[in-house]
Amino acid sequence: MEEVDVEPTVTNIPAARDGMHLGFAWGPGDILVFDTVYKAAGATGSGSSLIHVVRKDEDIYSPILRKLFNESHHIFVGLQTIREDLPSKNKKPQFVSISKSYRSVIRACMEELQQVAVSTQDAELATQYGNQVSILLAIELIWNLCEVLFIDAVPAGSLLLHLLDWVRLHKADVDEKAREVLQSESPVEHHGYWDVVVSYVLQGRLEEARQMLAKQAAQQYADKNMYKLMDNLLSKMPVYNPGSIHTLTEFDVKWRHWHEEVDRCLQDKSFASNVHLELICKILVGDEDTLLEHKELLSTWYHFLVTRLLFAHPTIKPTELHYYAQSCMAMFLDSRSAPETLDSILLAAFDFDIHQVIKDCSIALNNWWFVAHLTDLLDHCKLLQSHNLHFGSNLREFLLLEYASGLFNHHSLWQLAVDYFDHCPEFGRVYLELHIERVPLDTERKALKVLRICEQRQMPEQVRSICKIMAKRALRNNRLGSALSWSIRAKDAAFATLISERFLQDYCTRGTFSDLDLIDNLGPAMLLSDRLTFLVKYHEFHKLYGEKCFTEAAKLLLSLITAKIAPRSFWMTLLTDALPLLEQKEVIFSAGQSYELMFFLEELTSSFKPATLNSDKSMQEEDIELTKVELLRLALARNLAKAIVKEGTVDA
Amino acid sequence: MESTNAKYVSQKISKTRWRPVSSSALQQPHIFATGSWDNEDNKISIWSIGDHGLPGMEDELEGDPQLLCEYRHDGDVLDLQFLDQDRIVTASSTGAVTIFHHHQNSQTISVARQWARAHRNPCDNAPCTGVVCNSPEIVTVGEDGRIILFRADQEGAVRIIENADSNSIHAVTFLRTTEILTVNSIGQLKLWDFRQQSSSPSQILSLTGDRVPLHCVARHPNQQHIVATGGQDGMLCVWDVRQGNTPFSLIEAHSAEMWEVHFHPTNPDHLFTCSEDGSLLHWETASHSDMPSFLQGGRNNSMISRSAMAPAGGNQSLISAWLAGDSGKGRLETTHMLPSQTLSVNSLDVLGQCLVCGTDEEAIFVNRQVPV
Repeated sequence: MEEVDVEPTVTNIPAARDGMHLGFAWGPGDILVFDTVYKAAGATGSGSSLIHVVRKDEDIYSPILRKLFNESHHIFVGLQTIREDLPSKNKKPQFVSISKSYRSVIRACMEELQQVAVSTQDAELATQYGNQVSILLAIELIWNLCEVLFIDAVPAGSLLLHLLDWVRLHKADVDEKAREVLQSESPVEHHGYWDVVVSYVLQGRLEEARQMLAKQAAQQYADKNMYKLMDNLLSKMPVYNPGSIHTLTEFDVKWRHWHEEVDRCLQDKSFASNVHLELICKILVGDEDTLLEHKELLSTWYHFLVTRLLFAHPTIKPTELHYYAQSCMAMFLDSRSAPETLDSILLAAFDFDIHQVIKDCSIALNNWWFVAHLTDLLDHCKLLQSHNLHFGSNLREFLLLEYASGLFNHHSLWQLAVDYFDHCPEFGRVYLELHIERVPLDTERKALKVLRICEQRQMPEQVRSICKIMAKRALRNNRLGSALSWSIRAKDAAFATLISERFLQDYCTRGTFSDLDLIDNLGPAMLLSDRLTFLVKYHEFHKLYGEKCFTEAAKLLLSLITAKIAPRSFWMTLLTDALPLLEQKEVIFSAGQSYELMFFLEELTSSFKPATLNSDKSMQEEDIELTKVELLRLALARNLAKAIVKEGTVDA
Repeated sequence: MESTNAKYVSQKISKTRWRPVSSSALQQPHIFATGSWDNEDNKISIWSIGDHGLPGMEDELEGDPQLLCEYRHDGDVLDLQFLDQDRIVTASSTGAVTIFHHHQNSQTISVARQWARAHRNPCDNAPCTGVVCNSPEIVTVGEDGRIILFRADQEGAVRIIENADSNSIHAVTFLRTTEILTVNSIGQLKLWDFRQQSSSPSQILSLTGDRVPLHCVARHPNQQHIVATGGQDGMLCVWDVRQGNTPFSLIEAHSAEMWEVHFHPTNPDHLFTCSEDGSLLHWETASHSDMPSFLQGGRNNSMISRSAMAPAGGNQSLISAWLAGDSGKGRLETTHMLPSQTLSVNSLDVLGQCLVCGTDEEAIFVNRQVPV
C-alpha cells in the first residue's frame, strides 16, 4: 500500500463504550458505525443498539453554502456547452469570465456567511460560520491565483499587474483604515496616517499615496521641497501598459532609469531628515530589509513577494516566479517552523505544479467542490495532461464523480449531481444508473422527475424498476387503477397480469367492476398482457349486454371463450354469462356457435372429474356445480334446436 | 428578459403564488409566498419585492426578493393558494391540508387550521396534490383519488367524494362556483358538479387513444368554457368544455412535463407555461396585431397551433382567439422568459405586470415588466 500523505484524523464516537468492538460499513459519503457483540476481554456491559452516522462533509447541509452548489452548477453546465470548434484564442476570455463568475459566487457566499456570523447570537454557530468564511477566503485566494497564472496565463509585464490586483483584492483592510483616517478630524495627525501611506505604497497604489501625502505636504511648509521631490518620484514610476506600442524591453529600460533616480535620491540623503519619507524611498528602491521590517503591514509572505517584485523585478517572467516565491516565503516565515497548508498550496501554484495544488487542496478540504470545479475548468483550458490514474479514468473525471456522489447523498441536491454525471464520459452513466435507483420516492411527482431523468438518458432498466416500486406501493394501498397505470408505463406484463387478476377477483366477490374510467379507456395499452385484455373485453361484454346489443355481446363472449385468454377459474363464469343469452326468445347463438359452446363445456366438465375428488369442495358446492352444468346442457341443447330450425327455414 | 435575475434561496421551490391585490387599488403585487419540497425541513416562506414604486424606477437591486417570514411545513408543499389576503392553504405530501395565517403586523405565520391525513391510503401517506379556493370553500384532490370539499371555518370536511378517480388526481380548478374540473394521471379531464349527490363526474373529456398524464389545468378568466391543460409530454391543449370531448388545439409547447399553465387574469390573450425542461414560455395570441412576429424582440419562437377540429359556427364575437385554429387568425407568439436554461421550473404565477417563478435549482425569478 502506498504511504499516507497525512495522518488520519480521529473522530470520537460519543456513545460508544469502552471495550466494545465497533463495526462499520462504508457509504458513498458517510460511514455507519455500530456496536458489535464482540467485547474485549474484561469488558462489562452490553453494547447499545444505536447506529452512528459519521459524516465527513457537513458543508452540503449548510443553507448558505447550498447557494454555492446551485450557482456553481449553473456555471458548470454553461461551461460544458461552450463550443469545441472555436479557436483557443477566442475561448480564453470566455474561460476567464467563467473563472470570474465562479469566484464571484464564492465571494457572495462569503459575504452572506460573514453577515450571519456577525449577527448570530449562538457562539458555537458564530465560530462555525467564521471557520467557513476563512475557508472560503482561502479558496478564493487560491482560485484567483490559479486564474492569473494558469487560465489567463499572462506573459511577463502584465503578470505583475495581475498579481498586484490579486494581492489588493485580498487585503481589503487598507481601505478601511484609510477611511478611518480620512474621516477623523485631522487626518495627518491620526496615528494610522503613515501606516496607510506605507500600505498604499506597498500595494503599488501610488496615486492614492500621493493624494494622502499631499495632505501632509499642505501642512508642512518647511519640508515642502522634500514632499515635492517624493511626489515627483511617485508620479514618474513607470507602469507597464499591455496595450501600448512599447515593448517590454523599452519598459525595462525606462524602469531602470527611474530606479536609478530613486537610488540616487537615497544615496544623496535627500529624505534623511524625514524618517517616513526616507522609509518610502527605501521601499521604492526595493530594499528587502525595509520591507521585512513591515511584516505587520504586509501580513503575508505573498504580499511581500509581490511588493518585492514590484520594486525590484517588475518584468518578472512566469517561469522565474518560483525562485522568488521560495526565497520570499523563507525570509518572511523564518520564525515559524513549518509552512501552513495554504502556504504550500500557493507555493505549488507559483511552481506551476497544478497537480500538486489539486492534491493538496483535496487533502485539506473536506468537500470536493473546489477541486472538482477548478480541475474541470483547467481541463477545458487544456492545461492538464491526460494523467491517467491507477483506478479508472482521468483526474478531472475522478474528481467530478467523487463530488457528484457526495451530492447524491443529499436529500435535495441529487438533481444537480445528475448533470455532473452526464459530463463524465467514461463512468458517469454507470454511476448515475446505480445512484438514481436509490433516490427515495415519496410522491408521484418526485417519481415522475426521476423517470424523466432516466428516460432522457435511455435507461430502461431503471425506468422499469422505478415504475415497479410505484406499482407495488399502489397495490399495497389497494389503488388498483394507479398500480395498473404504473405497470403499463413500465411495460411490465407480469405485474399487469397480477393486477388484472385482482380486478377479476374483486368482480367475483362484489359483482361489479371498479375503476371503470380506467378500464374503458385503456386503448392499445390493454394488449400488454393477456389477462388485461381479457379484463377489458369482459367488461366490454357486460357493457354491450347492458345496452341490449345481444348479438355483439354474444360474438364477443364467444371470442373470449374460444381465444382461451380467460383464466381457468373464470371459464364457468363465462358460460354462466352465456346462459341468459341462450334463454332469450330469439336465437342469438347460431348452430355453429352452439357447437363451440358445447365443446367448451365438455372440455370444462372433463377437467372437473379429478377436481371433484378434491376433499376441499363441500357437497353443497359440488351440487351447485352439477346443477349449473345441467342447466347449461339443457339451454345449449334447446338453443341448438332452435338455431337448426331457424337456419333451416327458408324465408318466405 | 433583462429585468429577471435569479435569487438563490437554498430550497427547491415547488410553488409560488402572488398575494392577491385588491382590485380597487391599481397596485402591482409585491408580496408572494413560496413552498419548498424535497427538503428534510420544508418551509413556506413569504417574500416581498420592495415597495410598489413608480414604474420606470431603477430597481434592479431593489427588486431582489426579501424574506419576510417563514414557517416549517410537514412534508413537501405540493400546492399553495391564497385563501384571502392573510391566509394561505397548502397541500402536503403527507396528505394534510393546512391553513396558515400570515400576521402582517408582526410578520409571523401561524397555523390557523389543519386537516391532517385528509388524504390517506391504508398503508402509506397519500399526498394531497392540488388545492383550489373560492373563499370560504376549499377543494382538495390527492393521489388517493379523493375529492374533498372543506370550508375554512368548519372543523370537518363538508363533502368527500370517495374513489372519484381510479388514478391519482393531479390538479383541480373551479369552473363555476359549484363545478370543478380535475385532471388525472391517465389524461382525463373530469367535470364534477357539487349540486349533484352522485359520486361520478358529470362529464369526462380526454384525448382519445392517448393516456398521457395531465399535470395542470387553468380556466380562461372571462370565458368559462375554455380550459387549458398541460401534460407529461409537454403538450398544451385548449379545450372547449361545452362542445365535444376532445381538445380544440394541441400545441407542442415543451419537451418535458408541463407543470403549470396560467391565463393572465386581466389580459387573457396571454398564457404562461412552465416545464420540467427548464423553460418558461409566454404565449400571446397575435390575432389582433398586424406586426409580423420577427419584428418583435426577445427570443421568439412562433409555433403553429394544430387544431383537432374547426370551430363550430355560431357567435363569432364570442369565439376566443384561442380556438381559432388553423384559420390563420390564431397565430401564437412565444417568448422565453428566463435568461438561460436551468433545471425544472416548477411553478409560476402572474398578476398585473409581475411574474414570479421557482425552479429546482433553488432559485426564484421575478420579472416586474411583463409585456401584457
